[in-house]
Amino acid sequence: MEASINGVSLNYYIILSTVLFCIGVLGVMIRRNAIIMFMCIELMLNAVNLLMVAFSRYFGDTNGQVFVVFIMAVAAAEVAVGLAILMMIYRNAKTSDTEVLNQLKG
Amino acid sequence: MSISQYIFWFLSFVAVLSALIVVFAKNPIYSVLNLIITFFAIAGHYFLLNAQFLAAVHIIVYAGAIMVLFLYVIMMLNLNKETEPHKKQYVKLVAVVAAGLLMLTIIGSLKGAEAMVPAGIVNNNIGTVELIGDKLFGEFLLPFEVSSILLLSAMVGAVYLSKKELH
Repeated sequence: MEASINGVSLNYYIILSTVLFCIGVLGVMIRRNAIIMFMCIELMLNAVNLLMVAFSRYFGDTNGQVFVVFIMAVAAAEVAVGLAILMMIYRNAKTSDTEVLNQLKG
Repeated sequence: MSISQYIFWFLSFVAVLSALIVVFAKNPIYSVLNLIITFFAIAGHYFLLNAQFLAAVHIIVYAGAIMVLFLYVIMMLNLNKETEPHKKQYVKLVAVVAAGLLMLTIIGSLKGAEAMVPAGIVNNNIGTVELIGDKLFGEFLLPFEVSSILLLSAMVGAVYLSKKELH
């Protein structure tokens, strides 16, 4: 059965969010700049949000969208603290390159 | 093809293209600007899915607040093309293969979800401000209040961390 709203099937949204999520994963893996990695994490969060909204629309359930509101609140808190930590790292190490920050390496 | 299909394809194309530019751009400023474009495309998808409230909140929170924060940090760190570090070529290749495999796995595992969609009449006005507010201040009142405490503690933490001297 083809579940579609306005002619757009749910599978299209699944594929779109998965592609966006994997681009975020790819960014975290291939970049060394901590800020870019952070932005890619935001991209992954947004991909999941989009999928949640799509599911909520196709299943006719508002709860999914309420959860997206909470995820946005958590993402905002995460960005504020994360960027503050990045600023502090930069002040101490004078770099945002993650491969320079290897003091914990055994 | 209907008009909303055209809009869907256009928004998807814009979102994926600018997401790729975020990952592959040499200059961090271009990454931020393209991430903003991606967020606007996702907000467009929210409109397409009839989630007006979330679309508005998404633009305000992400494009309005979070990306400004990112731009400020990049400005203060004075990052540019010359200071940008690079990983080795074979690491990049392995990462691309791994991400592609992950994509296939996730698509394969989520594909079956379409069969579970109820066939009945679709409720067209979920996601309006009235309904979300009703849920948020009724069933989800406690999580809503807890998230305000989370935001407060994040604010305190950010201010504390960015102080000049930590003792």
